[in-house]
Amino acid sequence: MNFDFSDDQKFLKSEARKFLEANSSAAQVRKVLDDDGKAYDEALWKAVAGQGWLGAAIPEEHGGLGLGHLELCVIAEELGRAVAPIPFASTVYFLAEAVMLAGDEAQKSDLLPKIAAGEVIGCLATSEGPGPVTPGSIQTTVSGGKLTGTKVPVTDGDIATLAVVLAKENGKLGLFLVDLTGEGVAREALQTVDPTRDAAKLVFSGAPATRLGPAGEGFALLEQVLDRAAILLAFEQTGGADKCLEMAKAYALERYAFGRVIASYQAIKHKLADMYVRNELARSNAYYGAWALNTNAPELAVAASAARIAASEAYWFAAKENIQTHGGIGFTWEVDAHLYFRRSRQLGLVAGAPRVWKERLVSQLERRNAA
Amino acid sequence: MDFNDTPEEAAYRAQVRAWLDENAPKKALDLTDMEGGGSMAASKAWQAKKAAAGYAQITWPKEWGGPGGTPIQQVIFNQEEAAYPIPPNPFQIGLGMCVPTVMTFADEDTKKRFVGPALRGEEIWCQLFSEPSGGSDVAAARTRAVRDGDDWVINGQKVWTTGAQFSDFGIVVVRTNPDAPKHKGLTMFWVDMKDPGIEVRPIHQMSGGSGFNEVFFTDVRVKDSQRLGAVDDGWRVSLVTLMNERLAVGGATGAGWSQFLEAARTVPGLDGAPALKDQALREKLADWYVQAEGLKHTRNRTLTALSKGATPGPESSIGKIVSAVQMQELAHTAIEMLDQYGIINDPELAPLKSAFHGSWMMAPGLRIAGGTDEILKNIIAERVLGLPGDIRVDKDVPFKDMPTGR
Repeated sequence: MNFDFSDDQKFLKSEARKFLEANSSAAQVRKVLDDDGKAYDEALWKAVAGQGWLGAAIPEEHGGLGLGHLELCVIAEELGRAVAPIPFASTVYFLAEAVMLAGDEAQKSDLLPKIAAGEVIGCLATSEGPGPVTPGSIQTTVSGGKLTGTKVPVTDGDIATLAVVLAKENGKLGLFLVDLTGEGVAREALQTVDPTRDAAKLVFSGAPATRLGPAGEGFALLEQVLDRAAILLAFEQTGGADKCLEMAKAYALERYAFGRVIASYQAIKHKLADMYVRNELARSNAYYGAWALNTNAPELAVAASAARIAASEAYWFAAKENIQTHGGIGFTWEVDAHLYFRRSRQLGLVAGAPRVWKERLVSQLERRNAA
Repeated sequence: MDFNDTPEEAAYRAQVRAWLDENAPKKALDLTDMEGGGSMAASKAWQAKKAAAGYAQITWPKEWGGPGGTPIQQVIFNQEEAAYPIPPNPFQIGLGMCVPTVMTFADEDTKKRFVGPALRGEEIWCQLFSEPSGGSDVAAARTRAVRDGDDWVINGQKVWTTGAQFSDFGIVVVRTNPDAPKHKGLTMFWVDMKDPGIEVRPIHQMSGGSGFNEVFFTDVRVKDSQRLGAVDDGWRVSLVTLMNERLAVGGATGAGWSQFLEAARTVPGLDGAPALKDQALREKLADWYVQAEGLKHTRNRTLTALSKGATPGPESSIGKIVSAVQMQELAHTAIEMLDQYGIINDPELAPLKSAFHGSWMMAPGLRIAGGTDEILKNIIAERVLGLPGDIRVDKDVPFKDMPTGR
């Protein structure tokens, strides 16, 4: 049994933590939070590209480090812990994974080196309004290579240069690549729950679109991209949830009420024990997802659903109970607890809400157990 | 990252498989005669066979009669053994908790006398700690031992003693100094369960069964040489015993998510379609699956640590907290799914031969046995997270002056 990361991967993780403590401190995250004109931390983005992290899982022949997905998982955990205000998930988990999964050789040769070098910021444009994305919810169309329709919200849509768009062509769903710096694209920044991760409404009026992957298989492809992204996001969520537990613990050990530290009350101890249990179950599910992702196992879809559900709910629980443990001070702008509270909501929705994943999971189990 | 054995583990597994193939029973026992001794004879025979081949207590050192193997080898053996219809194992509490205590604290003659027969399954041990006045608070034991020359005389009552009805020996923690604070007035002895002053009465559980006992001590005379550890140092001795309890008391096993899924396929739901189409039930099913997978892979992480030579710490407490609570919720929901029909607890009529009802009646006990949910959360908070212990009002008070309630 060797169900753990290797020593090299753990070393990469500790180096990533040091790097992010220096380059993505709470003070630096707050510069993006407090400045409405600042959509992301450009200096951090350049530094992360310089570390090679954008291309960690991209093969060397396409300009990446060619390390693999396990390395990307440990980086993701640290990015989540640092609530890094950069379009890493949009560019790496969505765009790069979609291109690696569905792109033809020309698309891979063209795009992957640019992604690895930090020259492209990606985004995934699927939602068109309230409610989950389903095959029936898509009105955006491609006709004669031109895309028309509205996507809202699109995380990083205001800063991205290249979008992966779910749209209908001849009545069937496909994935399409759209240059957001070209013609036929209007963007409008949106006010969101997590200003450290901006989003936009994208209005397409005849924007040139290139198909990514086979025609008519857009939704199945999207689900495969989301499975892969869900596992990487689960590591970000686990990193954030663990940080919330650490913050709650540190505060509980220094805050006195009724003559003793609040960490000595069972109401607080059991709350923190509950956080620990949820975080560990999320971590174990994420590990299994990492194994499935790295080996492209047949269990990937089920493992991704479990990882996403466990991580989304663990992060939400840890984020809200961290504030509760802090009491009144936790509800202030000055204390960092709300950075995690916001990010837990953003990450819990960006690849579809846990409710959707629970339905997917049970459908998969129904089929698997019938077979 | 993978689920493979190391080359050494693979070689050991192959060796174990070959031995089991040759020696393990191929046909399941008829367990209807559990108490009549039929299964006990089979259990003892299987244990003797394992002991002779060095598979009984794989991690025990040579001087205890074991092969001096590693914890991961024990795990490998257990995994492989589970594939065969082996008889019940009534030796685990003795070999996992009692005998190691004897081996740590007894004199050479006593160790020599007991270790071999226990290992070979010839003698069975039980652990006499819990009392009516102290379950989670084991140090509140009131059973008294009073010195009389070279003997001690024990009077009092123990409770929730697993296997007392068929045990040959037991280790018992008793109060020897009521004037000292509670942790400083306890002493540990081994006792012969055949002593005429010891009476074992089965406890009638709320679930109807009787897996545990009350054990009454009336003027039970033991030699001072039966003492384990120093007089009044029994708390420290009992900690050695209890250290192993979490490993011995496993997670809950009962009807799980896959049984729920199968039942929900056939039971009608709110609109007459199968209950499995009910969105509220589907969400719960997803939650249980995710928890069960989380536990499975947490165990895989623990096994990985074992494989690398690390000792698993108190973090393994999460298994029982999560699985016992889930067992209760899942069974409750499954019964609720049946609506009025859910009151029927007849294996001929209820789904899966009343498996959900069985879980539902057992779960309250599982949330208590081997550390209550609350105690296990304290353990996680204190020993994993490093939070302070609870404020104690009983530490420096003489035991006889402590308020006792009922």
